[in-house]
Amino acid sequence: MATTVTDSRTLSKKGIGGGPKSRPSNGGGLPKRNGHDRAFPDLDSSANRYRIGTWVALASIMMLFTALSSAYIVRAASSSDWQPLALPRLLWLSTALILISSGTLEAARRKLRDATTNAYKPWLLLTAVLGLGFLVSQMLVWRQLVRQGVYVVSNPHSSFFYVFTGVHGAHLLGGLIALSYLSLRKRAPSENQAAVTQAQAGADAVTLYWHFMDLLWLYLFVLLFYVR
Amino acid sequence: MSADSHEAVHRHEAPTSFIRKYIFSLDHKVIGIQYIILALTAVVVGVTMSVLMRLNLSWPGTSWPILGTLFPSGAPGGIMNPDFYLSLVTMHGTIMVFFVLTTAPQGGFGNYFLPIQIGAEDMAFPFLNMMSFWVTLVGFIVILAAILVEGNATVANAIGPYLGGASGSTVGPIGGWTGYAPLSAVGVASGPGEGAGMNLWIVSIAIFCIGSLLGALNFITTLLNMRTRGMTLMRMPLTCWAWFTTAVLALLSFPVLLGGGILLLLDRTVGTSFFIPGGLVFGSSVLTTHTGGSPILWQHLFWFFGHPEVYIAILPGMGATSHILSTFARKPIFGYRAMVFAIFAIGLLGFFVWGHHMFISGMSPYSAMTFSILTLSIGVPSAVKTFNWLGTLWGARIRFTTPMLFAIGFVSLFVAGGITGLVLGQTSLDLPMHDTYFVPAHFHLVMGVASIFGMFAAIYFWFPKMFGRLMSERLGKFHFWITFVGVYCIFVPMHTMGMVGMPRRYAQFTEYRFLDTLHPLIIFVSIAAIITATVQLVFYFNLVWSVFKGKKAGDNPWEATTLEWTTTSPPPHDNFAGALPVVYRGPYEFAVPGAPNDYVMQTEPDVSEMPATEGVGGNGHNGHRQ
Amino acid sequence: PMGRALAVIIWILTLGSVSLFFVKKWWFPEAISSHAAALDRQFLLTIIVVGIAFTAAQIGLGYVIWKFRDRGPGDRAVYTHGSNRLEVIWTVVTAVIFIGLAVMGQSVWASLHFNKAPADSFQVEVVAQQFQWNFHYAGKDGISGRTDPNLIDDSALNFIGLDQTDPNAKDDVVHSVIAVPVGRPVELILRSRDVIHNFWVPQLRFKQDLVPGMNIRVHFTANRVGKYELACAELCGQFHYRMKSFMLVLPAAEHQALMALPQDQFQARITELLAKYELPVYQQ
Ligand code: HEA
Ligand code: HEA
Ligand code: CUA
Ligand SMILES: [Cu+2]
Repeated sequence: MATTVTDSRTLSKKGIGGGPKSRPSNGGGLPKRNGHDRAFPDLDSSANRYRIGTWVALASIMMLFTALSSAYIVRAASSSDWQPLALPRLLWLSTALILISSGTLEAARRKLRDATTNAYKPWLLLTAVLGLGFLVSQMLVWRQLVRQGVYVVSNPHSSFFYVFTGVHGAHLLGGLIALSYLSLRKRAPSENQAAVTQAQAGADAVTLYWHFMDLLWLYLFVLLFYVR
Repeated sequence: MSADSHEAVHRHEAPTSFIRKYIFSLDHKVIGIQYIILALTAVVVGVTMSVLMRLNLSWPGTSWPILGTLFPSGAPGGIMNPDFYLSLVTMHGTIMVFFVLTTAPQGGFGNYFLPIQIGAEDMAFPFLNMMSFWVTLVGFIVILAAILVEGNATVANAIGPYLGGASGSTVGPIGGWTGYAPLSAVGVASGPGEGAGMNLWIVSIAIFCIGSLLGALNFITTLLNMRTRGMTLMRMPLTCWAWFTTAVLALLSFPVLLGGGILLLLDRTVGTSFFIPGGLVFGSSVLTTHTGGSPILWQHLFWFFGHPEVYIAILPGMGATSHILSTFARKPIFGYRAMVFAIFAIGLLGFFVWGHHMFISGMSPYSAMTFSILTLSIGVPSAVKTFNWLGTLWGARIRFTTPMLFAIGFVSLFVAGGITGLVLGQTSLDLPMHDTYFVPAHFHLVMGVASIFGMFAAIYFWFPKMFGRLMSERLGKFHFWITFVGVYCIFVPMHTMGMVGMPRRYAQFTEYRFLDTLHPLIIFVSIAAIITATVQLVFYFNLVWSVFKGKKAGDNPWEATTLEWTTTSPPPHDNFAGALPVVYRGPYEFAVPGAPNDYVMQTEPDVSEMPATEGVGGNGHNGHRQ
Repeated sequence: PMGRALAVIIWILTLGSVSLFFVKKWWFPEAISSHAAALDRQFLLTIIVVGIAFTAAQIGLGYVIWKFRDRGPGDRAVYTHGSNRLEVIWTVVTAVIFIGLAVMGQSVWASLHFNKAPADSFQVEVVAQQFQWNFHYAGKDGISGRTDPNLIDDSALNFIGLDQTDPNAKDDVVHSVIAVPVGRPVELILRSRDVIHNFWVPQLRFKQDLVPGMNIRVHFTANRVGKYELACAELCGQFHYRMKSFMLVLPAAEHQALMALPQDQFQARITELLAKYELPVYQQ
């Protein structure tokens, strides 16, 4: 509660809230912003918003999974009808696919920095294929389980299994769409600095999201089969 | 569109077609107004329902022919069925909380004014912004569909079966806005309204969650990323702090409701048992398909969202109140930093008190105790805010405009509603008080009307900026006086009803002798409600009339200091006509000694930095005194 | 004039609101449980504290708007951004008051919920169902018979699924009225057949949800003989408002005699008792 009585007499007294007296260069902490002069578009700023936006979105996705996880833990602790699912082998394949895809995506992103080549494209495509492979593999796991007679309603563990993999899959699908957008979109002309920065920021955002989905899957994998 | 090199400069070209300009607009100002219109529509439905509820409570068994015509099976012969009443309660609460108080304060005013107040041209993600509105609108349409599906026998018979079964005798689900499982989870077995109505309710809420999340994402990014030069965090108007904190609350709490909603919908449609325990019996038949679920789990998920939600409903109102009080007090806000900390403390603590809704739910009595102590702690920052508002008015030179009256009304009502939270927050005292009218008394004062007063203040205050014309002060004041007295008359007596023991969500009070003594109060409340609701017509008339016929406002009619008043009314498509403002000082520099005017705009350079030739007049003072 | 009018209105509304509480025309019904006195005291204390805070805040609000109105150009407000001292003072003062209230507000709660029911408690199993209460009395042997949801048959009046083949069930009685002995601790074992209900007798100053899938044990002691209305206080469906019954608090001997009766005589006796005792006289 650090307010002070400022009984200033002159206008030159700085504004309240203790802002520095000289004009700060930007709106607080974040990289340069000089949007005040429109001849110099604020590249960093508009690029940054994709990164910030992605972090913010991830926070909310994390809350969704936190909520489902706590439901999982409470439900597991409070009932006698819990029959643990045997770990479907195919899940190891899914896990491997998504782990590798994170690597290939990282490679693509590195290549993208080098604005002159198109070398990122194959990596990006590979990532998308691996991601698709993950989804297919998940689907196959579902098919397998269904064939074994393990349905959503069979018992709470299977319910949660389907819910977690389904919700994760839906989010991954979103990532896949973003990836395809990245690989399909026209390369920014390298002489247009603004467009390049923008493209890089978009790629960073998608990469961040994808890595998060990867980690999230690892977390779910452990939660579903190794926490008891 | 111009060539690539101009791309950045012209990226906010105004659209010209009607559809892109007013319907699927990317402009945060248009979207803000769309949100406000949505809220103004939803509130009509909500208030109408509340009046119908009051009619039934005070004159049970009376025939209201028009109801009988509209809902022949819900109100046969015009006499309301109990299930019809309960669905009114559910829809009233849901529509008010979600579609009124989560839309207008944040999506409406926040959308319109946050970018302008921080000196940005638009939101960070205009497309997401547009989506968030349209998604929310779909949510609203879905919940309105429940009225049709459940309320009309023909529709109920035709499409009800595909939606889980419809009764034709309600106007939606029966579950309260809290939708407790298993009542809400087992389908039509548990009674009318639990089929199609409940499914539509859950779907609507889930859609609403997504819309709100998109909005929250946008608010946070915009505020962090797009502040103009000089707009440090501690120079932001308190409104921005409030919208920002609200967005954070929404971002972290809506996903939890969404998760819960998914599970509840699965319980209902697929047959899982997240919330449904085994061995339930409805009408002698055992539900064999479910085992082991936990009804209390739903309550935890709901209230983990639900409590932050009530602060989502009020923080923007607090922001607007601070802003408006300072402006018309002609005095800097008292304790700006303390206000910011208080907003944050409320936001933070708001995540750790949800259990106070569940003291008597069967939850562990020890955690109840912890929740209780945290709950009363959250009163401290609220009290700090109240004291700072009073501090702001102390030594002020108050101009009693309509927005100021509503802002003062907000303070009065917030205190009135807030202090009873301190009663409910004590475990012991919640034993007699829980689920009696003491609770509606508490939350209507603090939410139902304090937050709404925040919105009234906001709309009277910013209307001239949004439409270039002032609202009628005379009608506004009339609206204020009746509404202010009216809401006290409606909601204060509910406290004593609660003390006598009157339970909530009762379709009639005819069955219990201990309630007989309350009869005159019940009638009194209903009459006050009818009058207050009717007077809102004056407000609507004022709105519409002033859009076309109001007095021209000028850029800064209130002689206020923040950035929205530096631009034209209404602001151009990119808010500042190409030149983003630079900020030199805090947001509430009123009555600065030595300054030529009693207000110094945020954009006014410091004397030391000013070229000698320029005056110190501020760049938006073509307004006039009220 | 606008400011003064508003100030006066605020004061009138404050006076009206406060007096609604203090005329005590509408107040709690007289309490009948052993924990109620402490609870009522805590309520009174709280309502006085918050009442004073409410009044002070509203009077203050009225005062500032009465006093500090705009007096035309040239006359400016006091230029201040606040005071650290004041912020600290009111933060600390309210924190002390609020936390103090919160801590004091735990004692009745603790007495009811942190201890098991005393050994000599009179036990009743409560099984709520949509719009009806069922109280399951153990009978002479003091042991309740087995129940099973599959045996529930409303048409045969077996509302709780009592297993008649269980010897312990022979002397059990199920009735919609709860009869408890005066002055002796009562332990309720709360269950629900279908959705959540809530056991609520205003005079007991006590309320507890009955949650399907849970057995919730609570206890209280009723210390005044009489007949009281029992209400359901959790939304349970369309006839929530009339899920009504009675609680009889009986002298020990009368209660003991009642508990010794088999089902049919029990029923008749309850009817007599309901007629014998009057509802409390409520203020009119
Ligand atoms: C915002 C929230 C809000 C608002 C405004 C209201 C307004 C009103 N409410 Fe509501 N109410 C709830 C939220 C709200 N309520 C909730 C959450 C419940 C619980 C539901 C449940 O149990 O599940 C409830 C329940 C509830 C009950 C209890 C029912 C029961 O338990 O059986 C009653 C009974 O009288 C009632 C009455 C009223 C009345 C008479 C009004 C009003 O008519 C008073 C007059 C109206 C106004 C003064 C406001 C008008 C506003 C505008 C015209 C526009 C605002 C401007 C912008 C949006 C820009 N309400
Ligand atoms: C805008 C919405 C809003 C706000 C701000 C609050 C604020 C508070 N609420 Fe409220 N509440 C609701 C909306 C809100 N509530 C709703 C909708 C419900 C019901 C949901 C349902 O069941 O349908 C509810 C229910 C509810 C319950 C559950 C009751 C029950 O069901 O049994 C509780 C219990 O603790 C509670 C407590 C509090 C507290 C302690 C505060 C505090 O934050 C209040 C703090 C404010 C003040 C304390 C006043 C100002 C202070 C001063 C003037 C200082 C001087 C005072 C003193 C020295 C005493 N609320
Ligand atoms: Cu049973 Cu309400
Ligand atoms: Cu709460």
